[in-house]
Amino acid sequence: MLKLTQNLGQQGLMAVARLGRRFMFLLSTLAGCAGLIRRFHLLIKQLYSVGVLTLVIIVVAGLFVGMVLGLQGYNTLVDFGAEESLGVVVALTLVRELGPVVTALLFAGRAGSALTAEIGLMKATEQLSGLEMMAVDPFRFIFAPRLMAGFIAVPILAAIFNAVGVFGGYLVGVEWVGVDAGSFWSQMQAGVDLQEDILNGVIKSIVFGFIVTWIALFEGYDAVPTSEGVGRATTRTVVQASLAVLGVDFLLTALMFG
Amino acid sequence: MPSSSSSRDALVDIANLHFARGSRRIFSGVDITIQRGKITAIMGPSGTGKTTLLKLIAAQLYPDQGSIHLDGQDVHRLTRSALYTLRKRVGMLFQSGALLTDLNVFDNVAFPLREHTQLPETLIRHLVLIRLHAVGLRGARDLMPSELSGGMARRVALARALIMDPMMIMYDEPFAGQDPISMGVLADLIKTVNDALGLTSIVVSHDVAETLSIADYVYVLSDGVVIEQGTPDQMKASESPWVQQFIHAQANGPVPFHYPAPEYMADLMQAG
Repeated sequence: MLKLTQNLGQQGLMAVARLGRRFMFLLSTLAGCAGLIRRFHLLIKQLYSVGVLTLVIIVVAGLFVGMVLGLQGYNTLVDFGAEESLGVVVALTLVRELGPVVTALLFAGRAGSALTAEIGLMKATEQLSGLEMMAVDPFRFIFAPRLMAGFIAVPILAAIFNAVGVFGGYLVGVEWVGVDAGSFWSQMQAGVDLQEDILNGVIKSIVFGFIVTWIALFEGYDAVPTSEGVGRATTRTVVQASLAVLGVDFLLTALMFG
Repeated sequence: MPSSSSSRDALVDIANLHFARGSRRIFSGVDITIQRGKITAIMGPSGTGKTTLLKLIAAQLYPDQGSIHLDGQDVHRLTRSALYTLRKRVGMLFQSGALLTDLNVFDNVAFPLREHTQLPETLIRHLVLIRLHAVGLRGARDLMPSELSGGMARRVALARALIMDPMMIMYDEPFAGQDPISMGVLADLIKTVNDALGLTSIVVSHDVAETLSIADYVYVLSDGVVIEQGTPDQMKASESPWVQQFIHAQANGPVPFHYPAPEYMADLMQAG
């Protein structure tokens, strides 16, 4: 019993210490962002690495998600004779929920895991220590450009996901099952509100981009510098970032639409 | 002020250093003085905290007790910017080389200059090529770190450590895992660079022959304390059984070959 209590206490202390390290890491990285103007080329490089290289998976996933939404939406709506509303159903589902959430989940799997592995290996091969020894702050040189790149890339990727998803819904809904194209687009235009729907969706994806990149960078930074440690850290990134995205999505949805 | 007044020529003065990782004590009262212009070797078996000592000198780690003065400054009491200014004058050669994997050899060596100076690119090119030539790798300037052998990576790292004209270079296990040719090349380079540029060098190593061949003074660490110190000749003549075992690479001696275990026969009989 005593041992159980001791263990519980130790686990609790470790969790609190880890949380503290997480926030200290974030503060140092945000402080490092100030120097990004002088190192703009690093930001561009990272935007390519986390943004452009994630584009293919986002476009393909967006197309299929949109097509599935079109088909499922049609099958449900047609029972009520409301298949004309398919456009608005597809667009609202994407813009409000699936766009930001699925983009963030795919980003965590593709770019987040890559960031953790890269930083973890940098730690294992003493590159981070080497930078410090050369009087170069790794928070400015390594972490700040990556955090900022994730912050910028995810909303843009989510917008692309939404656009491709709507096109996928159009392909199935209009071209395949025969919903009227005029109703599809006009209902969508009438039903989607710029502030209520699109802006809230953009806010969500900005928050998700920030959270996923923060988790990915911290897990790499905090990884045990061995091959096993980096492997574990990469897994933790995907699991924690995915759960964090889904949890925060509920909170944000409750705040925005509740 | 340095606690030891052994010599005004001391560049690094470590006094009463205590350091622990969790419950494991690594140093319990270490005193080391590194003389200017000399090559000082810190030796000892793996796991005695030799690399940790270098990280303490560079203030990447903080001691539990004691002080480390580098060029008269207590490194653990410096502000961040003062520490970074000091680090620009100290080079460190990591065991892995610690080259930035997304930059080629030339850009790796040029990196500190580009970060800390406003020198024109033509001058940077000259300085980098001079350093690369000194380590024999001028022709490898366009290779990526993944295309280098371990010995070449360390020589590139040495060129990078030299680029800012440091007052001191710390070498972390420069000979570990090297073939005999690379070992000889690296040992010669360390000696040549130290003498030609008037540097101070700290070499942390457990490769006895190479280290003793270039060192001016040697400290031997074990169980968190300095157990022996002196010139290489004094080391070879030392009667300490521990130093004899270490220098002559004997399996038997004060350092046991066997990890602590129950009595052999009793252990075997128990299995049935």
